[in-house]
Amino acid sequence: MVEPIVQFKDVHKSFGEFDVLKGIDLNIAPSEKICIIGPSGSGKTTIIRMLMTLEEPTSGDIYVNDANLWKMERAGKMVPANEKHLRQVRGDIGMVFQHFNLFPHMTILDNCMVGPIHVKKESKDEAKQHSEEMLKRVGLEEHMDKYPSQLSGGQKQRVAMARALVMKPKIMLFDEVTSALDPELVGEVLEVIRNIAETGETAMVLVTHEMDFALEVADRVLFLDDGVIAESGTASEVIEHSENKRLQSFLRRFRNSD
Amino acid sequence: MSAILGYFIAIVAGLCRLSRFWIIRTFTGFYVEVFRGTSLIVQLFWLYYALPMLFGFNVGSNLVAGVLAISLNYGAYMSEIVRGSIVAVDKGQTEASVALNMTRFQRMRLVIFPQAFRMMLPEFGNYLIQMLKATSLVSLIGMHDILYHGNLIRSSNLSMAPTVYILVLIFYFIIALPFIFLARKMETVSKKGVASS
Repeated sequence: MVEPIVQFKDVHKSFGEFDVLKGIDLNIAPSEKICIIGPSGSGKTTIIRMLMTLEEPTSGDIYVNDANLWKMERAGKMVPANEKHLRQVRGDIGMVFQHFNLFPHMTILDNCMVGPIHVKKESKDEAKQHSEEMLKRVGLEEHMDKYPSQLSGGQKQRVAMARALVMKPKIMLFDEVTSALDPELVGEVLEVIRNIAETGETAMVLVTHEMDFALEVADRVLFLDDGVIAESGTASEVIEHSENKRLQSFLRRFRNSD
Repeated sequence: MSAILGYFIAIVAGLCRLSRFWIIRTFTGFYVEVFRGTSLIVQLFWLYYALPMLFGFNVGSNLVAGVLAISLNYGAYMSEIVRGSIVAVDKGQTEASVALNMTRFQRMRLVIFPQAFRMMLPEFGNYLIQMLKATSLVSLIGMHDILYHGNLIRSSNLSMAPTVYILVLIFYFIIALPFIFLARKMETVSKKGVASS
C-alpha cells in the first residue's frame, strides 16, 4: 500500500457544546480524489478546514507527509503548533472556497502572482509566466488585467482555482465550490476541476453536492453523517449500491430537489 | 504636521489593539481611552504647563506641545477607525491568504491592510478637517494662530468684532476647502475595487 499523504487519527471537533465531528479516521493517498457528501451541518467542511489549519481540532491528530499538523515537539513534549510549524506543514495544501475569497484590490493576474512571489519567493517574471499559464488553463487569459468585481461568479471561481494551483499543491481542497454559483455557471467550474483531476498528480478532497460529478471523478466517496464517516467506498458503491438507510434517504431527498 | 503624526499614531495604535499579546492590547487600550475620554484643552495644558512642573520634563516649544497634544488626541480617535476597518475586512480574506500559506505579517501587509486602508480614507479625511479646526486651541498655550490674530485685531478695535470673526471663519473655511475636496476624492478612490468581492 502507498504511504498516505494525509492521515486523520480519531479527530474530534466541537463548537462549544455542539460535537460536530466524533472521531474521524481517514487516510488520503497521494493523487487520490475523494468526495465528501452528507447532510448540511454534518461537518464535511470542518474536516477540510482543519486540514487547511483554519479550524483547530478539539482532539486527535492530523498528519501531513508524516508530520503532525497541529502539534510539534518541544523539549521532548508535544505542544500545540505555532505559526511557523503550521506554515511548514501546510505548505503542500491549497484550498478553493465556496465564496471564492479573491483579493478584491488586486487584478486577476496579481491574485495569482501574490502567492508565488511572496510565499514561494519566485521572481516576478517566473511568477507572471506561471500565473499566465494557469489562467490560460482555466480559460481566463483575456481577463488578466480585470478586477474580481468585473467577473462572473464562475469566472471568479476559476481564478480562485488558478490562484491555488499556481502554488503547486500536493493536496487540493474544494469547499462546496459550486454552491454559491448560478446553475448555468456550475458547468464551467466543474470542467476545470475535471481537468485538474485528469491531469494532476494532486490529491483532491471535494466537499460537494454534485452527486453526478462525484460519481464521475471520485476514487472514493465518503458519506458523513452525525459526526462520523458512515459510509466509505468507490463512488458507485456508496452512491448507487449502499444499504445504509440514512444515506439512501439523503440521496433521495437530493434527487427530488434536483 | 499633527495630521501625519496623528495618522501614524492611529495606525500603530490600531494595529496594537489587535495584537496577539494582551500586554500590548491592554496598554494601547488604556492610551486610547485616556486620550479619547479627556478634553483636548486639558491635554494641551498638561503637556505644556503641568508636565514640566511635575517632572522637570520639558516638551520643548509650544509648537511641539501643540503638535504632540493634537496628534496624540486624534491618533487615539483614529486608531479606533483603523481597528474597526481591519476587523471589518471579510474573514474569508484571511482564510484565503492562510490557504496560500502567507505569514501573519504578509497577510496583514498584502491582503488585509490595503483593503482596510480604503475603508479608513473617508473617515481620515473627516478627521483631518476636524484637526485643522482644533488647531485654534493652541492659541491658549501662547501660539499665534488665526484666532489669536483675530482676537488681537478685535481688542484694538472693539466695534470690528463681528467683521473680524467672520473673517476668521472664512479663513478657516478657505483652508479647510482643499481638505474637503481631498476627502471627497479619497472617498471615490476608496470605492474602487472594494465595492464587491
